[in-house]
Amino acid sequence: MAEFTLPKNSKVKKGKTFSAADGAKNKKTFKIYRWEPDSGENPRIDSYEINLDNCGPMVLDALIYIKNDIDPTLTFRRSCREGICGSCAMNINGTNTLACTKYISDSNRDIPVYPLPHMEVKKDLVPNLTHFYAQYASIKPWIQTQTAPPPDKERLQSKEDREKLDGLYECILCACCSTSCPSYWWNSDRYLGPAILLQAYRWIADSRDEYTGERLDDLEDPFRLYRCHTIMNCTNTCPKGLNPAKSIAEIKKLLVNRTL
Amino acid sequence: MNLRTPLANARGLGSAKQGTEHFWHQRLTAIILVPLTLWFTVNLFLLSAMEYNTVITWLNSPINAVLLLIYIISAYYHAMLGVRVVIEDYIHSEWQKIACLILVNVLVLLAELVAILSVLKICLGL
Repeated sequence: MAEFTLPKNSKVKKGKTFSAADGAKNKKTFKIYRWEPDSGENPRIDSYEINLDNCGPMVLDALIYIKNDIDPTLTFRRSCREGICGSCAMNINGTNTLACTKYISDSNRDIPVYPLPHMEVKKDLVPNLTHFYAQYASIKPWIQTQTAPPPDKERLQSKEDREKLDGLYECILCACCSTSCPSYWWNSDRYLGPAILLQAYRWIADSRDEYTGERLDDLEDPFRLYRCHTIMNCTNTCPKGLNPAKSIAEIKKLLVNRTL
Repeated sequence: MNLRTPLANARGLGSAKQGTEHFWHQRLTAIILVPLTLWFTVNLFLLSAMEYNTVITWLNSPINAVLLLIYIISAYYHAMLGVRVVIEDYIHSEWQKIACLILVNVLVLLAELVAILSVLKICLGL
């Protein structure tokens, strides 16, 4: 039943403060969630005041600057630094987004940086995404056909059918949407969440795939699909500007269509 | 200790292959309830100022009685579908969830039957 007190590791304490060097004019403070699994201590918020004149324009630039020049113990994932790998997804200023495509100048106050919400934290800003990826694997995100591929050419798709994949294929699986969804917070053990459902729809909408019915069968479940209550946090937060809520609605429509 | 693979955990017991009916019926009853709730509220307001016998006469009209019955059945069914979702969302202990679902269904059914019988009793003059 409901828990009215926070579990031990959810009580976040005040941490260390790092001030920028004297004489810095263009300053900004980042309040960053820190948790060290081996220390046995509660999480804390460390404050890093940085000189923006020494740092690039994005939040990821600031995190890299902090790690390189102020505190090498800060742990976070990053790779492509251009919004295509999805590694640096985190909660910045209260919204899930990619640190690499989020401008520091979007906020004129201190910038809080937390890991993706309601996920097990491995360390600092690194969440455990094992279950999220397993859910992705469970929807069989590859083309499935009975018909053998033509021996001398690729499987053809009309321009109109290809356009149906626009707004779907761009998803980079950063998990911003799923971890912003309250339904996913409460029931992620069974609910697939917006990212995985958008990916599932990407294969349902693919004209070359021949397993649409089986894919719909696998999704038709009170928990896997119907935990979506169109809260729309997913669409609000998507750093790629996609609309997972619409994909979920399309899946529901197809499921109703095949009964009518 | 859980030594199952992450994929085994994600696949779980597989798809229940149901839920669409619940989703569709919730929307259908919602659509039915929009005009009927307006109709019921307006009539409730008008009837509250009238004599007992006038109200009985109103309910004796087949159209009013049938609309009221549809309203009662849709409203209770819609409520049952909605509360079921809330319970599934927030109660994570399996036995508590099942107990709550049974309790809600029984209570809704009881209240619904009482309401239906009351209407029938008046309009059939029993």
